[in-house]
Amino acid sequence: MVDTDSYQIVAYCCEHCAYGAADLAGGLRLQYPPEVKIVLIPCTGKIDTLMVLHAFEAGIDGVMVAGCLPGDCHYLEGNENANRRIERIKNLLEQIGLEPERVNMYNLSSAMAGEFTVIVEETTNKIISIGKNPLLEERLR
Amino acid sequence: MIVAEQKSLDEIKSLIGSANKVLVVGCGTCVTVCFAGGSREAAIMSSSLRMSSKLDGVPRNVSDVTVQRQCEWEYLDTISKQVEEADIVLSLGCGIGVQAIAEHFPNTWVVPGLNTTFMGLPLEQGVWAERCAACGDCILGLTGGICPIARCSKSLLNGPCGGSEDGHCEIDPEIPCAWQLIYDRLSSMDKLDVLMELQAPKNWQTSRDGGPRKIIREDLRLVGEEE
Repeated sequence: MVDTDSYQIVAYCCEHCAYGAADLAGGLRLQYPPEVKIVLIPCTGKIDTLMVLHAFEAGIDGVMVAGCLPGDCHYLEGNENANRRIERIKNLLEQIGLEPERVNMYNLSSAMAGEFTVIVEETTNKIISIGKNPLLEERLR
Repeated sequence: MIVAEQKSLDEIKSLIGSANKVLVVGCGTCVTVCFAGGSREAAIMSSSLRMSSKLDGVPRNVSDVTVQRQCEWEYLDTISKQVEEADIVLSLGCGIGVQAIAEHFPNTWVVPGLNTTFMGLPLEQGVWAERCAACGDCILGLTGGICPIARCSKSLLNGPCGGSEDGHCEIDPEIPCAWQLIYDRLSSMDKLDVLMELQAPKNWQTSRDGGPRKIIREDLRLVGEEE
């Protein structure tokens, strides 16, 4: 169940880069906002419109997708395909009535632990400035 | 395949109106392969409608189901209970699917979620192009397998018009001139003589000019099912 008090952000992280960066950030004892919950994915090319929509339907406030640097995808172009899909999801969210800025895509390598914490902080601040997901029933009431 | 694209969510919501129980019906054939109305699109549509309606302050009960082919009674029979329980059916099938649902379930209000666009093929993933206009009197044997009815903007039958420029159509430089394609293909196959044969005017009665069309194959009809 989604915690209705604090902000909830899902970070879909590619196992070949962002997930490694998050792991390294942990090893280096770097701090990042606890609102972000990491979900390991094999490649950002795995990102599916439906899984992002279902996250919002369940009341998640924001989604960040973190994939490899351009040209460095383990599967050649999964990150670039994901980028296009994110644009479509943003468009869908707008039609639905949610802010498209609730979804963001980033690119980084597994060595970029510091950058990972900056990205997470940036995303969290952005989502907090937009506000909570109005779809969560408790909030609608 | 039949190629279609989704209507905007706003238009779909206005078609649905105040109905509460909405059944989104996808189709597992043509519109699945053109990513307009398959099971995934039906689930995306259903989720989008649930969220959007909730944000509008009028939450709806939206569910989705996909049949193998919306244009055949046998497949529609499998969802008859869900259709009967719904206030409205949003079909993500082509125009044929929408009409099949209306015909098969006379008491059900059905609305289209797609704009059925053309018969064509995928040039690459995400890009589809028109190839057939279903004129009912195929002349591809005379044009090297390239259809001037579907691919020439004017459906010309006797060579390119004056708007053909550098092999492209005057209405859009992105559109290749069908007659240039025909000429190039016949030329590369050393079959330009085909174009020299005189052809009688095309009989457009087999197309829409003869009214709605119907094919009857007596050898395939079953005695017990005759209308």
